[in-house]
Amino acid sequence: MPRQIDEAGSGILQRKLSSLGLQIHLSKSTQCLLGTETIEGMQFADGSVLDVDMLIISAGIRPRDELAKVAGLETHPRGGILVNNCLQTSDTSIFAIGECALVHQMIYGLVAPGYEMADVVASQLVGESKEFKPYDLSTKLKLIGVDVASFGNPFAQEPDCQTIAYENKAKGIYKRINVSSDGKTLLGGILVGEAEQYNMLLQTCKNQTVLPPNPEDLILGSRGGEEAGAGVMSLPDDALICSCEAITKAQLCHEISENGHTSVDALKKSTKACTGCGGCTPMVKDLIQAVQKQQGVYVRNIICEHFDYTRQELLDLIRINKLKTYNSVLDHFGKGHGCETCKPLVASVLASLWNENVLEQGRAVIQDSNDRFLANIQKGGSYSVVPRIPGGEITPDKLIVIGQVAKRYNLYTKITGGQRIDLFGAHVGDLPYIWEELIAAGFESGHAYGKALRTVKSCVGSTWCRFGVQDSVSFAIELEERYKGVRAPHKFKSGVSGCIRECAEAQSKDFGIIATEKGWNLYVGGNGGSKPQHAQLLAADVDKETCIRLIDRFLMFYIKTADPLTRTATWLNKLEGGMSYLKAVVVDDVLGIVADLEAEMQQLIQMYQCEWKEVVENPELRKRFTHFVNAPEQKDPTLEFAPLRTQVQAKEWK
Amino acid sequence: MEVLSPVTTWHRACRVEDVPADGGACVLIDGRQIAIFNFSRTNEWYATDNQCPHRQQMVLSRGMIGSQGEEPKVACPFHKKTFSLQTGQCLTDEHYQISTFPIQIIDGQVYIEV
Ligand SMILES: Cc1cc2nc3c(=O)[nH]c(=O)nc-3n(C[C@H](O)[C@H](O)[C@H](O)COP(=O)(O)OP(=O)(O)OC[C@H]3O[C@@H](n4cnc5c(N)ncnc54)[C@H](O)[C@@H]3O)c2cc1C
Ligand code: SF4
Ligand code: FES
Repeated sequence: MPRQIDEAGSGILQRKLSSLGLQIHLSKSTQCLLGTETIEGMQFADGSVLDVDMLIISAGIRPRDELAKVAGLETHPRGGILVNNCLQTSDTSIFAIGECALVHQMIYGLVAPGYEMADVVASQLVGESKEFKPYDLSTKLKLIGVDVASFGNPFAQEPDCQTIAYENKAKGIYKRINVSSDGKTLLGGILVGEAEQYNMLLQTCKNQTVLPPNPEDLILGSRGGEEAGAGVMSLPDDALICSCEAITKAQLCHEISENGHTSVDALKKSTKACTGCGGCTPMVKDLIQAVQKQQGVYVRNIICEHFDYTRQELLDLIRINKLKTYNSVLDHFGKGHGCETCKPLVASVLASLWNENVLEQGRAVIQDSNDRFLANIQKGGSYSVVPRIPGGEITPDKLIVIGQVAKRYNLYTKITGGQRIDLFGAHVGDLPYIWEELIAAGFESGHAYGKALRTVKSCVGSTWCRFGVQDSVSFAIELEERYKGVRAPHKFKSGVSGCIRECAEAQSKDFGIIATEKGWNLYVGGNGGSKPQHAQLLAADVDKETCIRLIDRFLMFYIKTADPLTRTATWLNKLEGGMSYLKAVVVDDVLGIVADLEAEMQQLIQMYQCEWKEVVENPELRKRFTHFVNAPEQKDPTLEFAPLRTQVQAKEWK
Repeated sequence: MEVLSPVTTWHRACRVEDVPADGGACVLIDGRQIAIFNFSRTNEWYATDNQCPHRQQMVLSRGMIGSQGEEPKVACPFHKKTFSLQTGQCLTDEHYQISTFPIQIIDGQVYIEV
């Protein structure tokens, strides 16, 4: 045990064992055994006697070094043939390995280091230089029901390291970690009474993983504060992850850790999670990663069987190689025919890099269904149409046109949460005609179908409101015009409020702005949706130009580094270092990249074209908007609507 | 007992260029909606039901095509159930199955046996 744990740890262990009814006698030197026929007791050097019925002897290691002694090799007074790091004895042409050798001042009484020593000597015999390094004796075991673990260098001392220890005598828990003096890596540690984190810590130690800013979180768990990640693992066990199939977090974790179902497909088969609406898929992926990480498995979030890269890696490769079509990306970096995971991902990356029309050059067929038809598919296979209404400001004339179009094509109309109007129930073949009319009236695509900027919601602000301190509508319109058509790993939304009363709910947006007496406060990483989260303050009282520059950088940094289908809130939660790191990058420019980020955003903005206008004007693109390619004028006869108040609704599916 | 095989005929469905490369399109044949898929990278063609059996939606031709291992497949745009284009078997949920049809290309025209 002294090889594995330190004094404080043994103290806790002793107390734990005593509480189980075991008596422990330490530093007792046995003088003789008592009894005649059978053993009856033991007598110790200090004169005390202990009655016993049975004696179990646990003998230590005694290296058999007699041969070496006779041969005149140096041995240690307490046994063991002295060898150097090359396992040479005092006669350099003689090696000693295994349990007879004393290396690094110790006898390794285990098989594995013996094998390693054999390897070291064999390598030298064939002329390679190889040294025997201090061998990893990390172990985790249960000692009469008590978890005990030690890893790396459990005894590293200051000043070589900083030691963080936690001791809870009441619960019988002792934890110690030794962190490198620069606070970056984990050198080793000891766990007694609770060793759940052993695997994670061992991996952190072995892989020299960079530690979080507060390494004590590793043994204590995160205790709130702004650095604390709100990842999926922070959810309680009974949290419903897949609400379609009512699958809890605990069920999924069990499948992942106990049954080895470590892919979404495997979990779909074993639990049916992700088979309904699919909305839980990103969270399930996070769970798979987090559970595996807990088990000490290193996971790289690769895209799918066709691309052995992460999104960020592939984005860089596509950018450097200036690839613009899916097929060229597949030829260069992938295999097979691709699938419904990598195709939209590559589509999104191409759009985020070059912002060319998503339907041209074979890109139509790699888009998710909504992007492929530039409209949102609805129950029954009809589509909904959302023209852009920047900042929610619209003229009476434009309202009339929307009304006329809706009537002509028998569309159900509804005001959306983003201050615009959604027209439902369009046949795929009618889409180009509907847009022809909308574009003629001055409308543009609203990208409601894309992983792109949705809306910049605004309150009426100082132009009408008696409380307003700035013109929030004008700023909202300016922002919406600026970022329209910019595609990202997921959709993103914004809002601008004219004063602190926050009527535009800007703090629930991916980036939100609130007017102050002195300028604007910029918040980022907010979210509505299934897991609402308030945006966090990135900059206070900045002028409009600074605000825009910061948004450019923030969005571009997100676009370049986020995992697929990850909203800014989740991205920020997972970002190591969280909000302070984000500030360091986009405000203080610690990475020296803000000029690039701004230039890249500028490039996207310059490339903007209304993609619906391009389709309406391009016969090649337009002809893809039919249900039957052999009967283009015919509509899908199975598409039916049911009456709803004075309008229509999609027919309920079975 | 004698097994009657249903009577099928070859139909001209559409022109090759009507089906986008590496994508799908829907044709109407004798009142039946058939999805056609064009794997242009390997010049392979497949034909299946256009209806997704999950919610009876006429949309499979608008799905993304791809492969799982060696198996060519299509993913329904609604809930991403994927189907083997060789066997019609649903690869993500064994309860579902679609029909597949023989297909061939002659002189730039697509023919399907239904
Ligand atoms: C009960 C027990 C349980 C163990 N359990 C584990 C375990 O679970 N996991 C683990 O990793 N390790 C375990 N070990 C330790 C492990 O067995 C030893 O570390 C390992 O076998 C040492 O290998 P070695 O080749 O160095 O020495 P050994 O296996 O001891 O071989 C030395 C050989 O040299 C011979 N020899 C000695 N002197 C001479 C001489 N003068 N001339 C010729 N031959 C001589 C001996 O007869 C012997 O065959 C255990 C040990 C014991 C005793
Ligand atoms: S946020 Fe302020 S300015 Fe905007 S509507 Fe509300 S009260 Fe008026
Ligand atoms: S309708 Fe096809 S997967 Fe649900």
